[in-house]
Amino acid sequence: MGQVVLKGINKFYESVHAVKDVNLQIRDKEFVVFVGPSGCGKTTTLRMIAGLEAISSGDISIDGNVINTLAPMDRDIAMVFQNYALYPHMSVYDNMAFGLKMRKFERPEIEKRVREAADILGIGELLKRKPRQLSGGQRQRVALGRAIVRHPRVFLFDEPLSNLDAKLRVQMRVELKKLHLRLGTTAIYVTHDQVEAMTLGDRVVVMKDGVVQQVGEPLELYNQPANKFVAGFIGSPAMNFAAVTVTEAGGSLIAENSGLRIKLPDEIAQRLRGHIGREVILGVRPEDLTVAGSADLDHPCFDAVIEVVEQLGSEILLDMKVGESIMVASVEPTARVRVADKLRVAMRPSRLHVFDAQTEAAI
Amino acid sequence: MIEGAIWRKWVFFYVPMALFLLFLLFPFYWMVITSVRPDGELYRPWNSINYNPFWTWKPTWDHVRYLFEETLFASWLWNTTFIALASTAISLVCGVFAGYALSRLNFPFAGSLGTGIFITYLVPQTLLFIPLAEMIRNYRLGDTPWALILTYPTFLIPFCTWLMMGYFKAVPRELEECARIDGASRWQAMLYIVIPVAIPGILSAGIFAFTLSWNEFIYALVFLSSPEQKTVPVGVTSELIRGDVFYWGPLMAGALLGSIPVAIAYSFFVEHYVAGLTGSVKG
Repeated sequence: MGQVVLKGINKFYESVHAVKDVNLQIRDKEFVVFVGPSGCGKTTTLRMIAGLEAISSGDISIDGNVINTLAPMDRDIAMVFQNYALYPHMSVYDNMAFGLKMRKFERPEIEKRVREAADILGIGELLKRKPRQLSGGQRQRVALGRAIVRHPRVFLFDEPLSNLDAKLRVQMRVELKKLHLRLGTTAIYVTHDQVEAMTLGDRVVVMKDGVVQQVGEPLELYNQPANKFVAGFIGSPAMNFAAVTVTEAGGSLIAENSGLRIKLPDEIAQRLRGHIGREVILGVRPEDLTVAGSADLDHPCFDAVIEVVEQLGSEILLDMKVGESIMVASVEPTARVRVADKLRVAMRPSRLHVFDAQTEAAI
Repeated sequence: MIEGAIWRKWVFFYVPMALFLLFLLFPFYWMVITSVRPDGELYRPWNSINYNPFWTWKPTWDHVRYLFEETLFASWLWNTTFIALASTAISLVCGVFAGYALSRLNFPFAGSLGTGIFITYLVPQTLLFIPLAEMIRNYRLGDTPWALILTYPTFLIPFCTWLMMGYFKAVPRELEECARIDGASRWQAMLYIVIPVAIPGILSAGIFAFTLSWNEFIYALVFLSSPEQKTVPVGVTSELIRGDVFYWGPLMAGALLGSIPVAIAYSFFVEHYVAGLTGSVKG
């Protein structure tokens, strides 16, 4: 079992309020990812769960037992650190066996568990080596192995992939996912990379300035972001935003600014009835913008001038000037576009997001 | 490296290097040559025909023999070794624990305490020996090795503490945190993880402390009086300079033999010692 509950967790560093009232229930076997920009409090939260950082107020419990004041060793957790934290003077075997030795396991049991973990991770050949004789990817595996030999109730990962090069990172990401499916241990994972968060997490917790912005399944965050921050943070390239004023004309709602004038689809217009005459923020993802064709006649459209064309092979990213602001569109690789072209761009009406200009919350 | 024509390499690298080496090594050469030179050559006036100060054709062991047979040099060597090893051991143990505590345990006033310890290191021994002499007398430790074994740590502990503080700071904190999650207590994490990783630093501190106490002069001069209790630096200078007569041969032989253990200590640990200075801890 490994059910983790955070109840009203706060952390103060002298005058800095680093983590603000975090509430979260993590189910057994769940893979939860904390994601956010640096300094958002995600690592601090993880370290509080690990027992490396004291909790200023609130309760953390694992399987119903409050563990607020328990020493790290008594929490039955294992942690993988960003810089691996392998013991440099010990062989790979001893690194992996250290936790078991400290817990007074019998030698044959230690041997069995280390072999088992080494086989899972494919590092059976390396057991006699010292950490400095290993490559980055191998060190990462040893650090994982050290965590899994203990069969803990919860795994904690603190940006474990960010020291690897891009290719290895993708590879290890897949392996981590497989490992979690195989072991089924509850995992709490901290990263600043939204791609890692989306691909690994059963649920993702987006944090900013110590406050949880939204908790949800990856696609939920993507499709229904709770506020402008989550909308901009999840997804790459990031969502386009435009500040617009809502006006009423002939029974339907119009959103407009200096370069943009679109008729809002009915579904959104319903929600914006109370905002007539006020400013809101319109959000649209690059992949929901298309070069307007005959099929898009009834879609909201606007004019744009292409400033940069980024060929990615599988898609083309267009940096476009719309009035005063810049928008990015991701279009089919077959599109024939050139810099300085004038385009008519269509938005997929069902994929528009609107946020309150003051609170930035989704409307 | 110096680039361009070959002569540039000679003029700007090899020749200055050779001059520098000559300058550095000449005192040692002088010590070695004087210690094996017969007295007849040593006290020959400078204007005599066969005056040749830089070389001898009749090397002799007389001075070394004189040292061991006519003076208490063997006991001085033993005293120095015992005192240096004992005070180094005390200082290392205290320095390692203090360095660990000051760099890793976040207790109130840790920073100012560290600075305070460093300031005690800055008080010159030439001032400190006066109050210390009074204390030595009160505890009736005068003229025993303990007078030095207990006073050398007054400058060795601050020194070791500061060296170890810097070294422990370079050991990634995650190593210890990981050990504590793995099931080690703070004490075990220090013993099994942090100290083994800091061995190069501990060795450097040990070698420096050993050298400092081996060469120490003023405390040894003040606190020890009977010839059989003296250390090498004091014994050689007080027993082999009588009035204004310098026994140059035995003096230099004593200096030579006195510097050998330090040289051995350095060369034996040189690998670790260099690693210690460059702080090569990688996770």
